[in-house]
Amino acid sequence: MAENKKVVVPIGPYHPLLEEPEFFELYCDGEEVVDVEWIAGYNHRGIEKLSESKHWDQVTFLVERICGICSTSHPIAYCNAVEDLLGIEIPERAKYIRSIIGELERLHSHLLWVGLAGHFLGYNTVFMWAWKYREGILDMFEMITGNRNHYAMLMIGGVRRDIEDEDIPILQNTLSEVKGKIQMLTEAILDDPVLSARLKGIGTLTKEDIKNYGAVGPVARASGVDIDVRKDDPYAAYNLVDWKVITANNGDVFDKAVVRLLECFESIKIIEQCLSAIKGKKGEIRKEVREIPEGEGIGRHEAPRGEVFHYVRSDGNTSSPVRHKIRAPSYVNIPTFKASCIGETISDVCIILAGVDPCYCCTERISVYDKEKKKKIYTFEELVKKSIEKTEKIKKEIGKEGKLWKKLF
Amino acid sequence: MNLKLKSLKKSLWVYHVSGGSCNNCDIEILDLLTPRFDVERFGIILAASPRHADVLLCTGIVNKKCVERIKEIYEQTPKPCVVVAVGACACSGGIFRDGYQMAGPFDKVIPVHIYIPGCPPKPEAIISGIVKFLKELK
Repeated sequence: MAENKKVVVPIGPYHPLLEEPEFFELYCDGEEVVDVEWIAGYNHRGIEKLSESKHWDQVTFLVERICGICSTSHPIAYCNAVEDLLGIEIPERAKYIRSIIGELERLHSHLLWVGLAGHFLGYNTVFMWAWKYREGILDMFEMITGNRNHYAMLMIGGVRRDIEDEDIPILQNTLSEVKGKIQMLTEAILDDPVLSARLKGIGTLTKEDIKNYGAVGPVARASGVDIDVRKDDPYAAYNLVDWKVITANNGDVFDKAVVRLLECFESIKIIEQCLSAIKGKKGEIRKEVREIPEGEGIGRHEAPRGEVFHYVRSDGNTSSPVRHKIRAPSYVNIPTFKASCIGETISDVCIILAGVDPCYCCTERISVYDKEKKKKIYTFEELVKKSIEKTEKIKKEIGKEGKLWKKLF
Repeated sequence: MNLKLKSLKKSLWVYHVSGGSCNNCDIEILDLLTPRFDVERFGIILAASPRHADVLLCTGIVNKKCVERIKEIYEQTPKPCVVVAVGACACSGGIFRDGYQMAGPFDKVIPVHIYIPGCPPKPEAIISGIVKFLKELK
């Protein structure tokens, strides 16, 4: 493949910032990207196989450790799968608590994304602010579950811990505080002419692309495909509360940011409703499950990045799954780079890769090879620098920043 | 204390190595840089290249595909350097200990000086671990 293309730019697999090691190769003609290749496996831990050697209850904690950002999405999907196998319905209070945890996670994940996207565009203030607001959500997690990450809240048949009545007013207060901050960030981002010039029209995915690649989550919703498991196949308490699916039409990186930011408000709406639904009431939080009979089940959950799918099979004799298949959202979202990166410039690739949200991560070490095997190493910093330079250039061209930014920073 | 160690202690430049982790320790490390914990007030910053680093913060199990690259990163780091294993996976393998892809934990591949357990360790724990080590360093 490399012979007929001028320059190959490998990205990854190590990065000083975040997320799993992944490895990308960009084939470039000058500044323009003509093809993208993805090499996976740097983060393979053999979880599906490990799960076959663990007890049904232990698998909940194993799948939690697939990803640290969506660390409750996998347990929810897994529990849904086992409950589908068992054919049981969980108590209503457990449903609400599951929804609360799921939505809090979406909030922290989207804020994390906004911060990093800001960092890559040269708005380091956004990075610091967004991560500062995120701490409030982590505090809520610590209060409810006892840990900042890896909440260990889920178990087959319900949840492990109850939310105490005396905690609820504090949670509601923190939530309204966070809401104000996100409101401010959202207005600032939507208002900013530099960000509009920088992000609008790059990394565009059409509806066709989404359908061809089977993309899910905010990536699909930004292109106008209203796919959301919470609405399409309701589980937990999502059919008991009032909320709507956020979509946008253009499918560029700007719209992906908009979808994520607006989703935060829907999440807050869901959490508020769930909290007031469980306030002052008592109830079972789990159903006892003694045996897992023979059979198979599937479970789905809308993780911050899209649909998580779990399949489990039991033979009725052993105390662990015979087969456990997991499909994470990034698995289908990453190949969309083929559609979104090609034709763009190297300075935009950083934010396009970031736009899908698996992989700022991967942009750590870039080396450019050309046909004569001359090698130039781009570090991650240089890539970010290129991205920042472009933002600065646009800033100069436009000659002003958004009013709100000035007010804020 | 020799000159090298003395200058090392003043301002630590940190390079973050992920050998196949779940991201959580990685995020907590990143969290250290943000306003609530802000380790930059101690002179600790993230370096973009191992060649500029004094400290390697290692997270995750060591994946079979990563082994060679991690050794390479360790060789590129100027000595003396401090290697910190952050999190249960990096210290002992954690829940992935029995996995077929496990080639670690980190101390099987490169020498490790500090172990910070926890899944994930809280940012306070990471700071406390490094501070304790610096006090011991002579």
